[in-house]
Amino acid sequence: MHHFIDRRANPKGKSLGNRQRFLRRARENIKKMVDKSVRDKSVTGADQGDGERVTIPAKGIKEPFFASSSKGGFRQHVLPGNKDFVVGDTIPRPKGGAGGSGKKGSEDGEGEDGFSFTLTRDEYLEILFEGLELPDLVKKNTVETETVGTRRAGLTTAGTPNNLNLVRTMRNSLGRRIALQRPSSAALKALQDELENLESIEDESEDHSARIVELKEKLAIMDRRRKLVGYIDPIDLRYDTTVPEKIRNSRAVVFCLMDVSGSMQEREKDLAKRFFMLLHLFLERAYEHTEIVFIRHTHQAQEVDEETFFYARETGGTIVSTALTKMREIIDERYPTDEWNIYGAQASDGENFGNDSVKCKDLLFDTLIPVCQYYAYVEIVGENDEKLLSDREEGADLWQNLREVDQSFPQFEMRRVAEPGHIYPIFRDLFTANKKERAS
Amino acid sequence: MSKLLFDGPEWTFELLSKAHDAIEEIAIEDLGLDVYPNQIEIISSEQMLDAYSAVGMPLMYQHWSYGKRFARDEALYRTGRQGLAYEIVINSNPCISYNMEENTMAMQTLVMAHAAFGHNHFFKNNYLFQQWTDAAGIHDYLAFAKNFVANCEERYGVDAVEEILDAAHALQSQGVFRYGRPPRPSKEELQAMQRQREGYESQQSVLELWADNMGTRNDPSAAEDGELSARRGKMNLPQENILYFLEKHSPVLKSWQRELLRIVRYIAQYMYPQKQTKVMNEGCATFTHYYIINRLLEKGLISEGSYMEMMHSHTNVVLQPEYDDPRYGGLNPYALGFAMMQDIRRICEDPTDEDREWFPDIAGNPDWKSVMRDAWANYRDESFILQFLSPRLMRKFKLFMLSDDAKQPNLVVSNIHNRQGYRNIRSALAQSYDLAYLEPDIQVDDADLSGDRELKLTHAVRNGINLDPENRDEVLKHIRRLWGYEVSLTARDSESGARISHATTAA
Repeated sequence: MHHFIDRRANPKGKSLGNRQRFLRRARENIKKMVDKSVRDKSVTGADQGDGERVTIPAKGIKEPFFASSSKGGFRQHVLPGNKDFVVGDTIPRPKGGAGGSGKKGSEDGEGEDGFSFTLTRDEYLEILFEGLELPDLVKKNTVETETVGTRRAGLTTAGTPNNLNLVRTMRNSLGRRIALQRPSSAALKALQDELENLESIEDESEDHSARIVELKEKLAIMDRRRKLVGYIDPIDLRYDTTVPEKIRNSRAVVFCLMDVSGSMQEREKDLAKRFFMLLHLFLERAYEHTEIVFIRHTHQAQEVDEETFFYARETGGTIVSTALTKMREIIDERYPTDEWNIYGAQASDGENFGNDSVKCKDLLFDTLIPVCQYYAYVEIVGENDEKLLSDREEGADLWQNLREVDQSFPQFEMRRVAEPGHIYPIFRDLFTANKKERAS
Repeated sequence: MSKLLFDGPEWTFELLSKAHDAIEEIAIEDLGLDVYPNQIEIISSEQMLDAYSAVGMPLMYQHWSYGKRFARDEALYRTGRQGLAYEIVINSNPCISYNMEENTMAMQTLVMAHAAFGHNHFFKNNYLFQQWTDAAGIHDYLAFAKNFVANCEERYGVDAVEEILDAAHALQSQGVFRYGRPPRPSKEELQAMQRQREGYESQQSVLELWADNMGTRNDPSAAEDGELSARRGKMNLPQENILYFLEKHSPVLKSWQRELLRIVRYIAQYMYPQKQTKVMNEGCATFTHYYIINRLLEKGLISEGSYMEMMHSHTNVVLQPEYDDPRYGGLNPYALGFAMMQDIRRICEDPTDEDREWFPDIAGNPDWKSVMRDAWANYRDESFILQFLSPRLMRKFKLFMLSDDAKQPNLVVSNIHNRQGYRNIRSALAQSYDLAYLEPDIQVDDADLSGDRELKLTHAVRNGINLDPENRDEVLKHIRRLWGYEVSLTARDSESGARISHATTAA
């Protein structure tokens, strides 16, 4: 006796609950590795792919058991493949186990130092951005950009015909007809047929005419019942209904502004992209739709695609304000401020032309910062520039001017970075929940 | 007209059914196998990964360690560093086996012969499984366990349940009865157990009803000398089943927590025969599929091509790399088991003088099939090797023995496959499959519930092989959690009784 069962259609992910328990358990370890991975990650393709491979130390997720020590004592091993040993031969003890069999690896490979597995993209991002949120002031602004939509809200007994819910109406009607014993069409038809039949027969007998009378009476009753108990009654009617609802406008646009003048080398661009990438990933999680606008500038600014943004080479002088002007133009053209959450991220090495920095300050003050939820300026300094890294007071023209903006607007932040390892901590710092509140 | 069961790699349910019937005919009529009804389930690779992670069981309670296993297996599989098993088979009635949809028809045929007949017969007939496992009841029990754990999580929180399960898992290998089955609960006790499970909120442990009825069974002289003996007698000490002891005697566990220990213990016990019969179980299944596919070919039911495909897979499975091969990872249970069973057949059919000397009972026995069935039924790995490993096979595998004495600077080749070495190698190899010998011998020695309540464990150290201290200390912490008071573990040399070390959870 046997039978086959096709289980392939059964849901997968039977072990999802176990997986969640495992991630929860190993969260601390995983978090460290995720942070590290984003720090070390190469720039290209970093925000693509379906998952993230992490290796966490086995410590902390160990399952201990009473195990025999691999050292000491007396043991005997039987091995296959003797070629020329004779009894009494000695062989030096191999390091870390005798002949490959002295050390008995535990069943689930816990002897290993690390434990590798793949996080899904969602799991990865969730852990990556754990504890981060948009600063409070931004959330307030977000709430303001609500629009009104509708949501289905069950059934009502009154409404317009175009909202009639046929299924529920007919169900009510059927129930009522059964309960009130409305004669069915079939029963009616049967009587009518019988009557017609009898009437068509020439028969003068009493039985015959009595039956006809009886049938006529029955038919009359039935007719009356059918009129009394309607097929559809107003009380059967049900209408779909909707209620108005506020829908949060969940669109965001990120402006990435990068200085690509001669002084910005691959290293500087790489650092900039890391920052933009994190910002994009982060906002992507917070909003349904995130768009990115890439603006690069030398002594003139242009909007470009991602490829050009990071890889095209162009040299020239530096006029930072051109990028800011460009950003303002694009906002006016395509991103009405009452519909879009606007974010700015600017990366530069801090060199600027002449007195353009003052112009930048004014532009930010007057037209840009007021419409931005958040604006971060990241200055990329030399790897060994301890002085600039440690002292906020120090800095060139642009830095000094932007500091004035920083002091006036809570949604403006500025930081300095010199190496990839700096990016993520600074990013966390910028977006840690309630940062501004704590500071004030 | 072609008699072939199938042609081409694609399988369908009709083809599977046809192949199953052809295999069954050979298995039952020809080999004389006796199997549970088969339930063969076709699953996808994802589902196979799921099944892996839940220790191969169709139903399992939830725990992070299964998630961890899943995460690792999945990573290994996705990166191509580890293939998936072709099948998983469960010791149950009906016997459930999982076949993967990715398999070709030839592989499905091989897998059915292997799992649905080989393993199935072994589960049904081997004495260990017969005595220790309840093939008909396991699904219901697992369903109960899964629900019970889920309900506990709901009532007491995932953390509270995890704490107990973690601790219980750490003691899994100390959660089995190795030598004697505990007394079966009486009907009244079973009813009490049922009531308790239903109302496990109740704090009072009904388990105590039968907790102590193992009493002085092992030790009739217990009451003779004083309080200590009386106590030890009452708690049935020494006790090697630590989980059982904690379940019955822990002063701090709530009844739902005791039930969790019981679940872990029950499943560990159910798995224990599988751990003791890896070589035999795989050997039986491999021998069976090998015999069946050869018969299928002889009968003209499969094509040469299909046969080659099956043989290719068979050869991979029974590959035994030599000790100096980088692929070497110990003796392959498939290779050893299969070779020994082929050898038994040879000894019956074509014995040499040496065989007659070593195996007078079976050499030349005309009915090798019944010899084989008898071996499958009545041995476990250790006794099977001790009984049936022939000198000829030792020569074929070129077995040799290394002695590793920590006091000596070098390893010594103590025996090779020659006349002097056969018996030593055979008994050493047999011993290396004896779980009672392999797993550390740890027993609950004493616990004075009316005194300091310290739980005293003893580890009988054999051959100077101590416990790995890091693991030991972690497990002791787990035991402390379950016991509620201090726990100590004293290691004593099993022969001299000399104290080697003492570890305790006291700070």
